[in-house]
Amino acid sequence: MSTTTDSKIRIQLEDFSVTDEIEAMKKVSRNIGGITTFLGTGREMSKGETISELNFEHYPKMAEKKLEEIRVQSIKDFGIIDMSIIHRIGPIDIGENIVLIVAVGEHRAETFKACEWAIAELKRTTPIWKRETTSTGEVWVQDTP
Amino acid sequence: MITIKYFASLRAIAEKEEDSLDIENPISIDQLSDIISKTAPKMGAIIREKKVMISVNQEMASADTIIHDGDEVAFLPPFSGGAK
Repeated sequence: MSTTTDSKIRIQLEDFSVTDEIEAMKKVSRNIGGITTFLGTGREMSKGETISELNFEHYPKMAEKKLEEIRVQSIKDFGIIDMSIIHRIGPIDIGENIVLIVAVGEHRAETFKACEWAIAELKRTTPIWKRETTSTGEVWVQDTP
Repeated sequence: MITIKYFASLRAIAEKEEDSLDIENPISIDQLSDIISKTAPKMGAIIREKKVMISVNQEMASADTIIHDGDEVAFLPPFSGGAK
């Protein structure tokens, strides 16, 4: 399924193409010399339980606003050229894409740092919640790794 | 009138997704939690014990944040987006 890669901040039901997202960010500047990506995917095991399905929920508007703040702060603090952040919501199967961060910069060092900071900040500040379904039932995940 | 939103695990506790409340004068989050306690004591306790985060008009708020007519208040359990 193809989705538009126009916006650098997106929260969407549909899957995304990592290749398309990277290609879109490469077009931002001819001065890009390094790209770091973080891709989060659906993991089967959690605390010894086998997960059959994941489901993500977000607070519309506020979640997008927080992701945009992370993008702007990443550019300012780490000196990267740009960043895109895409997070899926709704039901997600094991192994499927959940979240993608693409940091582009002149050199690799700042893109590594920005990408690591951005995913940690996303988990800390962005109102998105994960519900795991296992053989024992459904649980909203509330730990903060 | 203010709008109150409950997300994720809080929906089951509050037994609703959204609520609205008429207020004559601006009130604090603390005062709002007292009002909520009257009809949903468990939810009120969770707010008072600071087990949830609170936003007002999509900005993070605290116990003494003042809520005005027309505001949107949301109760947010700990976030778990992204991936480990």
